[in-house]
Amino acid sequence: MSRLLRINTKDKTFAFSDMGPYSGMGGRALTSRIVSREVPPTCHPLGAKNKLVIATGMITGRPAGSSGRLSVGAKSPLTGGIKESNVGGSFAQRLARLDLMGIVLENQPAYGSAPCYIVLGKDGVTFEDASDMQYLGTYDTVKRLMDKYGEKSSVLCIGPAGETLRQNASIQVADPEGRPARAAGRGGMGAVLGSKAIKAIVIVETGEAPPIVDKEAFKAASKRWVEIIKGHPVTAEGLPGFGTAVLVNVINEAGALPTKNFREGRFEFAKDISGERMVEIIKERGGKVKEGCHAGCIIQCSQAYHGPDGKYLTSGFEYETIWGFGANLLVKDYDQMAMLDRLCDDLGLDTIETANTMAMLMEAGVLNWGDGAAAIEALKQVYDPKNPMGRIIGGGAEYTAKAYGVTRVPTVKGQSLPAYDPRAVKGVGVTYCTTPQGADHTAGYSVCQNILGVGGKVDPLDKAGQVELSKALQIATAAIDATGFCLFVAFPVLDTADGVQCMCDMITAASGSPFHPEDFLKLGRTILQDEFAFNQAAGFTSAHDQLPEFFEEPLAPHNVTWDFTAAEMQAVKAM
Amino acid sequence: MSVTVNCFATLARFAPPDADMPAAAGLSVGQTIDLLGIPRPNVKTVFVNGLHATMDKVLSEGDRVGIFPAVAGG
Repeated sequence: MSRLLRINTKDKTFAFSDMGPYSGMGGRALTSRIVSREVPPTCHPLGAKNKLVIATGMITGRPAGSSGRLSVGAKSPLTGGIKESNVGGSFAQRLARLDLMGIVLENQPAYGSAPCYIVLGKDGVTFEDASDMQYLGTYDTVKRLMDKYGEKSSVLCIGPAGETLRQNASIQVADPEGRPARAAGRGGMGAVLGSKAIKAIVIVETGEAPPIVDKEAFKAASKRWVEIIKGHPVTAEGLPGFGTAVLVNVINEAGALPTKNFREGRFEFAKDISGERMVEIIKERGGKVKEGCHAGCIIQCSQAYHGPDGKYLTSGFEYETIWGFGANLLVKDYDQMAMLDRLCDDLGLDTIETANTMAMLMEAGVLNWGDGAAAIEALKQVYDPKNPMGRIIGGGAEYTAKAYGVTRVPTVKGQSLPAYDPRAVKGVGVTYCTTPQGADHTAGYSVCQNILGVGGKVDPLDKAGQVELSKALQIATAAIDATGFCLFVAFPVLDTADGVQCMCDMITAASGSPFHPEDFLKLGRTILQDEFAFNQAAGFTSAHDQLPEFFEEPLAPHNVTWDFTAAEMQAVKAM
Repeated sequence: MSVTVNCFATLARFAPPDADMPAAAGLSVGQTIDLLGIPRPNVKTVFVNGLHATMDKVLSEGDRVGIFPAVAGG
């Protein structure tokens, strides 16, 4: 029987309970249901009425390949809407092994209270003083906690950005190597944790594997699952061979790589920032080309990138980050991009939002285009809680744009656009506009069908079929985010006839309750209904479902424009 | 005529030197792939001037061809 843990961060009290009305829910289904039922939609996201929900997936903790994902949900201080931020690392599996589906952090202590960290075991919680870790980077925070609680402890934490309640603050989760390089990045979840004066949560007991009701059926399904993942070239060769940065060249060829703050669709130096180039550098310096972000990952898209000194610099070095600090800023130096990634992880900032923030500083002339070294120095100012520039940068792209009078601001619902120009990948543009999460590619990754030929083909430059495609993907994505499987399993699943059935078979065998493909889709719809309803009650209308007007400018090389009205996309939201 | 051909990811080793490839008039995408020695089943996506192209697409002088295996990320 799985449980919920509620922690009152004001009184420093806690209670374990059964799942009650949330029985059977995991991941994004659990975070979005609790937020939509228990958080007033119009509340201040950094006030006492907001709740931070940390949930493990329905299947997480069992031996099902690539199923160790964690969902973090709350009302977002960046978008003002509901948020689910999905992250790897060790924490989700460890939570499941404590027989916990989720942690709900409630209330908040008086403003200015000393930070504390939470030590979590199977039957108890203690609150420890974190004053000596205030404004400490996440790498040192994790190291201190693991030195104290042992190498088997599992940590999630915030950095200076979260502690100063910056709207772009992430929650960083340590990977199996003890590196806080995995980020629940989007939407300012780190600020919500910071608003409750919690610096970190440490799981100190290893617990027990969660139950599997029908072991034989689970074994058969999980064996087939490995065949599906290992039998698809994307998850068997592309992702472990080159990381997600394998996308740089293909998106550039397609004319959809946003360059110089979404001015062009191709970057002259794309090869210099490609996944292929990253692998050359990693091999030259003795890093690791492939690594899992959690135990039991059978895709291994992460890596260990070493600096010029041959020492570890960063990991979880994603396509989005490389695009954002590379093509988008006209930077082509891999080590500068890697340092910016490392700094974001250490400060506890989302890389996509931070990269767009740097673009705003370049638009304003505060930094020069292509000056990665200056971007590094600017970003370091976030370490100093009293530094005004650091405070502005931590607020994200829209906040920074307002501070400097920049009008070319690539955001939807306050959240920065990721690494695909929506004019040349129209399906993902529909997702940016309509997902309840704010501009987010993962919420409905139409890049698959628009560009990559995975799961079918839909012309990226034509409006036809994009609304239906985005809607179907948003439903499927929400469901996957509830299971605890990594979203990247979708690549083989979309191309495999029994892919969804196999996922359902594992869930059925683990829980003992039948879970069919139609239940999978119903789950996705239910999650989106919760999220759309929350946003509507928070004040969002169809007017918020649109790109900034500069996307009406033609984009080279295809000279395409954004030509959807918000009304044309509303069908996505009819569940 | 000549065309610019780039091969990426696991197909990078098949790329012509400096991406430059002399081509007879009427050369198709499929024939280009054959000339480079790339097994066709290993090719997932081909762009010609940034647009998806089929194997029978005939190339023109100066075309930019990008050849990819199955890749994805995000």
